[in-house]
Formats: sequence, structure tokens, C-alpha cells
Amino acid sequence: MSAEAITAQPENHSEAHAHHHHEQPFIEKYIFSTDHKMIAKQYLITGLIMGFIGIAMSLLMRLQLAWPDEKFWIFEALLGKFGTDGVMDPSIYLALVTIHGTIMVFFVLTAGLSGTFSNLLIPLQIGARDMASGFLNMLSYWLFFLSSVIMVSSLFVEAGPASAGWTVYPPLSALPQAIGGSGMGMTLWLVSMTIFIASSLLGSLNYIVTVLNLRTEGMSMTRLPLTVWAFFVTAIIGVVSFPVLLSAGLLLLMDRSFGTSFFLSDIYIQGEVLAHQGGSPVLYEHLFWFLGHPEVYIVLLPALGITSEVIATNARKPIFGYRAMVASILAIAFLSTVVWGHHMFVSGMNPFLGSVFTFTTLLIAIPSAVKAFNYITTLWKGNLQFNPAMLFSIGLVSTFITGGLTGIILGDSTLDINVHDTYFVVAHFHLVMGISALYGLFAGVYHWFPKMFGRMMNKNLGYVHFWVTAVGAYGVFFPMHFIGMAGLPRRYYTNTAFPYFDDLSDTNVLISVFAMVTAAAQIVFIYNFISSIFYGKRATQNPWNSTTLEWTAPVEHIHGNWYGELPKVYRWSYDYSKLNADESDYVIPGQDFIPQNVPLMEGEEELNH
Amino acid sequence: MTAFLVIIVLALLAITFWQISKVYNLSKPSGDDGVIANDKDNQKQGKIMLIFMVFLYGLMIYSFVNLSKFYLPEASSAHGSSYDQLMFISIGVIMVVQVITQILLHYFAYKYRGKKGKRALFYADNNTLEFIWTVIPVVVLAGLIIYGLVSWTQIMNPQQDEDTMVVEIYAYQFDWRARYAGKDNVLGKANVRFIEGVNQLGVDETDEYGKDDVIVNELHLPVNKPVIFKFRSQDVLHSAYFPFFRSQMNVVPGMITEFGFTPTTTSKEIKNSEYMLEKVKRINEIRKERSEDLIAEGRTALDDYEFEYYLLCNKICGVTHYNMQMKIVVEEEEDFNKWMEEQQTFGELLAQQ
Repeated sequence: MSAEAITAQPENHSEAHAHHHHEQPFIEKYIFSTDHKMIAKQYLITGLIMGFIGIAMSLLMRLQLAWPDEKFWIFEALLGKFGTDGVMDPSIYLALVTIHGTIMVFFVLTAGLSGTFSNLLIPLQIGARDMASGFLNMLSYWLFFLSSVIMVSSLFVEAGPASAGWTVYPPLSALPQAIGGSGMGMTLWLVSMTIFIASSLLGSLNYIVTVLNLRTEGMSMTRLPLTVWAFFVTAIIGVVSFPVLLSAGLLLLMDRSFGTSFFLSDIYIQGEVLAHQGGSPVLYEHLFWFLGHPEVYIVLLPALGITSEVIATNARKPIFGYRAMVASILAIAFLSTVVWGHHMFVSGMNPFLGSVFTFTTLLIAIPSAVKAFNYITTLWKGNLQFNPAMLFSIGLVSTFITGGLTGIILGDSTLDINVHDTYFVVAHFHLVMGISALYGLFAGVYHWFPKMFGRMMNKNLGYVHFWVTAVGAYGVFFPMHFIGMAGLPRRYYTNTAFPYFDDLSDTNVLISVFAMVTAAAQIVFIYNFISSIFYGKRATQNPWNSTTLEWTAPVEHIHGNWYGELPKVYRWSYDYSKLNADESDYVIPGQDFIPQNVPLMEGEEELNH
Repeated sequence: MTAFLVIIVLALLAITFWQISKVYNLSKPSGDDGVIANDKDNQKQGKIMLIFMVFLYGLMIYSFVNLSKFYLPEASSAHGSSYDQLMFISIGVIMVVQVITQILLHYFAYKYRGKKGKRALFYADNNTLEFIWTVIPVVVLAGLIIYGLVSWTQIMNPQQDEDTMVVEIYAYQFDWRARYAGKDNVLGKANVRFIEGVNQLGVDETDEYGKDDVIVNELHLPVNKPVIFKFRSQDVLHSAYFPFFRSQMNVVPGMITEFGFTPTTTSKEIKNSEYMLEKVKRINEIRKERSEDLIAEGRTALDDYEFEYYLLCNKICGVTHYNMQMKIVVEEEEDFNKWMEEQQTFGELLAQQ
């Protein structure tokens, strides 16, 4: 682990290379940049800002749920006419539910997580100079930015933003007569999501082409780090499923604006019968969840990929069962497209279909279990370096197990009957995809911060951030399962109308307090993040003694990523603590890792992993 | 003014964190750069990992001891007991897995915390292990799937005979109605296009089967008699959720959905069950406390709570979604028949016009 680590770095910096330097104007460098590293930073910062808005919304909801009778000046300050005299209006509560879900799922955990790290890591880890198309990549970011602006601006619409839940089921989302948010707010939601999907598709196609075509010499698919595998497969799922959401959105738009009846039939509202005839809301549910469920894995797989890399690096061990991990990713990806019906067990769908979807859904638990066991085995007999990224990765495995296990209950059509749409569901998916994916995001930021900004984040603030978040997240979501078991439906503005639930109020207060503490801990992160960008300690080239190619690239950002020729790859990415033939020392004496661009040593065997 | 206060609070928080980080910087021993974990950090974080494990188990135990009382009372429907059984088995299985894996995860994190000079084991693969932990979930899940699917098929395909009562549950923003099929046990045709005046449910006035239908806003069910619900919505999606009967079905405009169950516990029985007596007592204590506060503020006190079965809406349906409920009364058959006698039929309702 010496500073003079062997990295087979090309010595001659002045060697001619294809991409020559020149000073870029500000706009080209920071705004309309086509460089994947800059685009990654743009995604990250936009995602974090959206995350700030989304988490702030969840706090408003928690205030309302814990103290439904109290007045809060902050409601009036932030919600304006929907919070007159500090009392939250029921309609804005539903809007908060809707926009919180939309922002967190799509804008933070899809674009902010996958967008950031796919962009940063795919070219750097496969040894490419940039994405296959820098221009499409830039376009992808700016479409994402535009959709974020539209989504945020929908918050300021007169009748309120979309309020039909993040799934925007029609007819509620189709009829402005049914709820105020289904007017202009809903139109903006649909426009924003349409642009978002275009952005996501441009990005995904780019990732797929880059991984398939631009791998450097020697980087076979089976030598790819698991991060790249995860991003690659995520992009494929995105390309398969996002267009279906687009079609659902467009049909909904047609129903709303052009009098078609894809999803509407037999409706009497506000004293009149609507002309729509023959459509079915269940059709919309099918189309929506055909994206909606794979979306969970679009969010989760990149987080798991990041975790694989961070755990292996910090355990100083190869990831256990590389091939099984790749197989699990592929199995999860395939199964994720045939399980959507488990969101619809009680939708009125044929019960026989319910049986089929129960079967496929419980199947998906198998590759997930394999992944969890492999992470635990990777820790076994390691030499664990508790950097903040490592803590977040271990935290992810923990919440992934806790949240995943309750999926066995929800995925079982019989058991789903009575916990469907209750707080049990809210607890389940927040742990398994919300918190887990956020931990993956944080692990990625702490781990690759030096690669992004050339500086290091403060570890002590990272520790504070992690432990408060870990305690808080469990404090919020573990007790919440029991509220769901009591039969309390989600998306209720208050349950004071049901005295039956009065004895849940203490638990609701407890949950809200945990939520506020957890949110406060994120301020530590924001402070650490911003101050480290400007004042952090300067990073060395390979601060974590890692094997992957991005750490062979210079700290300063240059066009084309490497001076001179691209690195060549001779081994897989997990040669940590590998011993030489007579087991007297590491393969490289005194250094417990072998970067991928170091040729096999004499007498060294490349393992058949 | 409020915005100003917010800015001050944020600024103060920022200063606090800045100072905290300065303290950290000053307190760290020489040689620590504050950015990469060293042996001291590994020691400390490993131990915190163990403390966190204690917290996690503490939280789980606390939740199970103190919060499992929230779990709904014993099911009041015939299929409900097999539902509860499957639920308890599933919770048992997942808690076993949870307890084992979380211990391994956190204990390994503690046990193998890093130390300078220590060698990690280069251990990349083991087919036997992989095989074992693929097969174990397969076997356990296969068991749960089979058990679940058998129950599912039974619940979703209830036997229908002459004895089965047919009731329509009708949903609209933001209330419920129940329509009984009447003496002929056949519901009259209905469509939203027939809605007019007192005919709020859009029953076809020319359909003879509809004349004896009875429309009410409180659902009465005779105990131990199978009932099939036909759900109809007039505007948006709703979901008819009967938590005490372990039943739920979405109510979809433009189509008729179904769910059937047999109530087995009367309202009177459940009110006097140990579970419910305790629950209602607890709730009334809370309401009493709250009432004292309310009276002090010069507002009216809360009424005492008495338990009744209810049906509630469980699919986001609009502004007052949170208060869309209908009372359910389960009673002996003769009480039910007596109650039914007193109700006006649809035909009588029209005749009044």
C-alpha cells in the first residue's frame, strides 16, 4: 500500500495523443459540455438539488401526520394559500405525496444516481476516451434539466401540482373535475415526464453502445467491474420499459385533451355523464407498471453495482462469486419485466394472472438473496477499511435485506390483499429501494468524489452523516410496518376521522422525529460536499488503492481521460490481496492490489472466475 | 420575516458544522489526513458497527413487543384465519432470515475490521456455497408460493350457491352505498347514464329485477352467510378495503369487480372480545387526555369511541379520500331480516316521486 504503487502508468506525458488541449470557453466547459465527467457532475448536482426538494416535502408530510391538529407557520411560508393560517390543505397533502414520489424515484434515484455514475464511470472504467456520442450525452443532460425545471415549475400552478399519486392513475389524473391538481399541474407533469423519458432513452442508448463498442484492449465482458455490468443492464431495462411509460403518458394526454377514451368509461362526475365510453383504467395500470416495476431495479441495480465495487475495494478482497453476481444482475433484469402484475393483485385483474405474477415475483427473491449472501461473504476474512463509502455500502446491504424480506409478504397475492396500499407497502419500498438506493448514491459520492472533483471529502463528517442516517432511517421505517399491519391506508391526509387509529399517534410522532433527525444529518453531507469541492484535501491519483482503470487516469480532468495511449487490460478488476505462487507475499510485493492494467506476473495464474 | 429567520437558522447550522469540522481537524493526531480511514478509524467504526447492531435488534424487539398489538384482531371472516396463518408463517420465516443475516453482516464488519499489515483472504468463488444459498431460498419460497396460491385460489373463487347473498358496493367521491339484490337475489341493471334525481346509483328503472333492490348507506351482513360483493364506481378508482375481514378489491369505473367472503363474527361479539375491549379502552384514554386539552382551549371535547366494523377507501380518489368510510354491522340472521324489512325498496323510492 505504498505511495509508489505500481500502476503501469505511461511515463511520457508529452507523447502525442489524439486529443490535443486547448483552453475551452466557460460555456463549453461548464454548461454545454460534451465531456462525460462534467456531465456526470451536472447530473449529480441537479439530482442533489431535486433531492433537497423531495426530502423537504417528506418532512412537511411527516409534520402533518404526526401533529394533525397543530398549526405550523412553515406550512404557510412554504405552501402559501394551501397552508393558510398554518393549516395544511388536504389537496396539497396529496400533491406533496405525488411530487415527492415523482421527484425521488425519477429525478433523484434514476437521473441523479444512474445518470451521474453511468456517465462518470462507464468511460473511465472500460478505458474509453468518452461516451460513444458526447453530443447525445449533452442533450440527455439538458433534457433532464428541462424536465426538472418543468416539474418544479408545476408546483406554482394556480390549482396546484399533480395530486393523483406518483402513479397518476386515471380517471383521477384525467379529470380536472375530480381534483384540482389534474388540471394544468397534471399537464405539466406529463410534459415533464415525456421530456424526462426522452432524456433517459438518449442516455441509456449511449451507455449501451459505449459498453459494447468502446472497451479498451483486453477488457472482455468478464473483466468488467460489476459497476459497469450494473449500469449496462440498467440501461437495457430502461430502453425496454421507459417507452411503455411514454405510451401510457401519451394516451393519458389524449384522453385528457383530445377526447379519446383509452382509460375512461361510464363516468358521472359533478352532475354530468361524460362522453367517454369503453376505456379501462386497468389498461393504464398495466402500462404504467410495465415500467413501474422495472423502474425499481433501474434505481437499485446501479446502487448494487456501486456497492459491489466499494465493498471489494474496502474489504481488500475480490467480490465473492463474480459470475454469480453477473448472473444475478441478468436474472433480476429479465424477471423485472415479468412481475409488474404484483402491483395489481386487487385491481380487478383476473385472479389467475395474480397466481402467475406471485410465482414470478417470488422467483426474483432468489437472485436477490444470492447477491446479499455474496456481499456478506465478501466481508468474511477481509481487512475492512471503514471509509464512509464502505459504511454506506454495508448499510445498503442491511436495508436491502430488511426491505427485501417484506417483499415476500407483498409479492404473495394472498397476503397482499390486506396490506395492499397500507403503510406496510410504504415501509417496504422505502427501505428496499429508497434508502438502499440513497445509500448507494452516497457511497458512490464519497468513493468517487476524488475522481469528480480532484479533492477528498472529510471522513469524520462522513461518519456523522452515516451513523445518524442509519439510525434515523431504521427508526422511521421499521415501526412503520406495524402501522401498516394495523390496516392504516397510505396517502391519508389525517386519520383523525378514524378514532380506531388514535393509538397509533405516538408511533407517528416517533417516526416524524426520526425523520427530522435523519433529514438534519443530510445537512452535514451537503456542507461536507460543498466545502470539500473548494477546500477539500487534494486527492492523490489512487486514494483507495483500487484496481479499476479510473484510478490510472490523472487526477486533473483532461479531454480523453488518459495522457498518451489508452491503458491495456490484463486481468479482472478484483485482484485484491492475491498471493504469489509460494504464498510468501502478495503478487506485487508489499502491495495488496493489482490494477487491471498490470500484466500477469511470471508464474501467476489468471483465475477462472 | 420568516424567510429571514430561516436564513439565520441555516447560517447558524452552517457555522456549527464548520466549527465541528474544525474541532475534528484540531483533535486528529498527526499523520491523520482526515480523509482516508486509518487503523484508529477502523477500530472505532468496527465497534460502532456492533453498537448499531444492538440498536437494530433493540428496535426490532421494541417494535415486536410494543407495536404488534396494532395487528388487526383475529379475522372476522371464514377465509381470514388461513390468511392470518399464512401471514404469521411468512413473518416467522422472514424474521429468521433477518436475524441471521443481520448478525452475520454486522458481526463480520466488526470482526474483520482492518488493521495495517493484516492480510485479507483471497477468496473469489465457491460453487458449493453458491449452490447451497441458491437452493435454500428456492425450497423455502416454493413452499410459501404453493401455500399462498392454494389460499389465493380458494379466496378468489368462492363457491356460489342459492344461499349466497349478492350485494353491490357502490363508490363515488367521497362515500359508499350498498345495494342489496332484494327478494329475487338478482341486482337490477345499472349504468351511470340512468342517474337522475333520487336514482343516485343509476339503476335501470325499467328493469323488473331492480324494483326490489334496497339501497342503503350502512352495510348490514348476516353472520355465517356467504356474500358476494359486486363493486361499481361512478367516477374515479376507489378501493373497498375491509381490514377486519381480510378483504380488498379495487372499484373501477367502467367495469364490475368482485370479492366474496363469509363474515363469522358479529359486531356484538367483536366489541366484547378481549382484544377490542382493551383497544377501545386505550383509545378512550387517549381521547380523554386530548379532550382535556381541547376544553382548556375552549373547544368541544371528543366523544367516547365505540368500535364498529368499517369499510374504507384505500385508493387515492381525491381531496377527502382520507374520510371515505362506511359502517358495517354483522348480526344474527333474524336481526338482519328485521332490519331489511324496515328498508325502502328501490321501487317504493320511485313510487314516492
